[in-house]
Amino acid sequence: MGVNPIDIIREYLPFLASGTLFTIGFSLAGIVFGTILGLLVCFGKMLNNKVLSAPFVCYITFFRGTPLFVQILLIHFGVVPAIFGQSNGIISGIVALSLNEAAYIAEVFRAGIQSIDEGQTEAARSLGMNRLQAMRYVVLPQAVHRVLPPMGNEFISLIKDSSLLAAIAAPELTYWAQAMGAQYAITWTPYLAISFIYLILTLTMSFLVNRLERRMATK
Amino acid sequence: MMIKVENLKKSFGENEVLKKINLEVEKQEVVVVIGPSGSGKSTLLRCINLLETITSGHVFIEGTDIADKTANINKIRQDVGMVFQQFNLFPHMTVLDNIMLAPTKVKKVPKEQAKAKAMELLGKVGLAEKADAYPDSLSGGQKQRIAIARALAMEPKMMLFDEPTSALDPEMVGEVLDVMKQLAKDGMTMVVVTHEMGFAREVGDRVIFMDGGYIVEENEPNQLFAHPNEERTKAFLSKVL
Repeated sequence: MGVNPIDIIREYLPFLASGTLFTIGFSLAGIVFGTILGLLVCFGKMLNNKVLSAPFVCYITFFRGTPLFVQILLIHFGVVPAIFGQSNGIISGIVALSLNEAAYIAEVFRAGIQSIDEGQTEAARSLGMNRLQAMRYVVLPQAVHRVLPPMGNEFISLIKDSSLLAAIAAPELTYWAQAMGAQYAITWTPYLAISFIYLILTLTMSFLVNRLERRMATK
Repeated sequence: MMIKVENLKKSFGENEVLKKINLEVEKQEVVVVIGPSGSGKSTLLRCINLLETITSGHVFIEGTDIADKTANINKIRQDVGMVFQQFNLFPHMTVLDNIMLAPTKVKKVPKEQAKAKAMELLGKVGLAEKADAYPDSLSGGQKQRIAIARALAMEPKMMLFDEPTSALDPEMVGEVLDVMKQLAKDGMTMVVVTHEMGFAREVGDRVIFMDGGYIVEENEPNQLFAHPNEERTKAFLSKVL
């Protein structure tokens, strides 16, 4: 028994705090960019023209069919240096999480949209609305309501998956836990500490999603 | 001529549902289409506002061929109201918003004006007190009357009814038919697919009997019901009358 765990945590508190902020930041960026991009990919995949929809199908297949960890490595050591001339853990992290999340969100949205009865679109179109108006005013509002629970699950997964970014030295929670563990050659303290923080983050997320669901149900 | 259907054919894959249909509907005419299930009645109706693609032939709405790819179908549909068997009200909106949506978004009618028109229509179908209700809280008959009001809000020149009373409990059929009768009396051009023979006889200017994708026989209602010419018409009527 060398150093007291409490002292170690106290020493690392600023790093854990900034790590938490980075984890939140990566997650939020992934949620926001992933949702926007996911919606576009979803519409792309639903295009009637097979040739036009093919790239979107490939996108979803690739990002859902390969490990996120491999995607992070590809983007960090391949894509980002190729574009920016040098690697950058933060940019790579945001890009990788957003691209990966978009593929899953696209599928969640597609399922939600297709679960809305065809009669809704027909009624809207029969009133003279074009495809876009029918989607925007009639189908999407109902679909959003339905996809909220699975979206919440995706967001929670995303928070946890952001820990993989430690491997490319993005300064998030797991990265600092590894640093802490390496400096003092300890295991339990750092990883239990960040487990606790991750739990708070995921529970907060599921609380927020639940509340949003209830608010939408009682409108 | 409001509607003119010319040599219309419609296939779903190998299955030819409509085989060379010809039909004309005059202004203010009420045409009732009857026939057994699977005879193509609903498909014919859905082809008239292009909810189904047309395999071959033509459908003219006030002279415009909607089978022509350059026709502006969104514009044409504004003149062709449609009422569905399953109502298809928008469940996430109040009754009032259901009725106001298309006029305000498609025709860009000012909100106040659209609301006044919606309230007037709700009064007409006897549901003014339901303006702020959500569709889920309404009975089937009320839903269908709202659906009719919603279609009328676009001020269409003609109305298509696709088995409007088939999904209703028997005691609610009357209230919907009453609204449709009033509409006919007001001079609306209507094509009605229905199993309500009483309505066909009372309101129809012309009754069309379809079977197997063909128009087998058409005539004024009294003539068709009392003296059908074709064997298939006779067989069908003997089962439903």
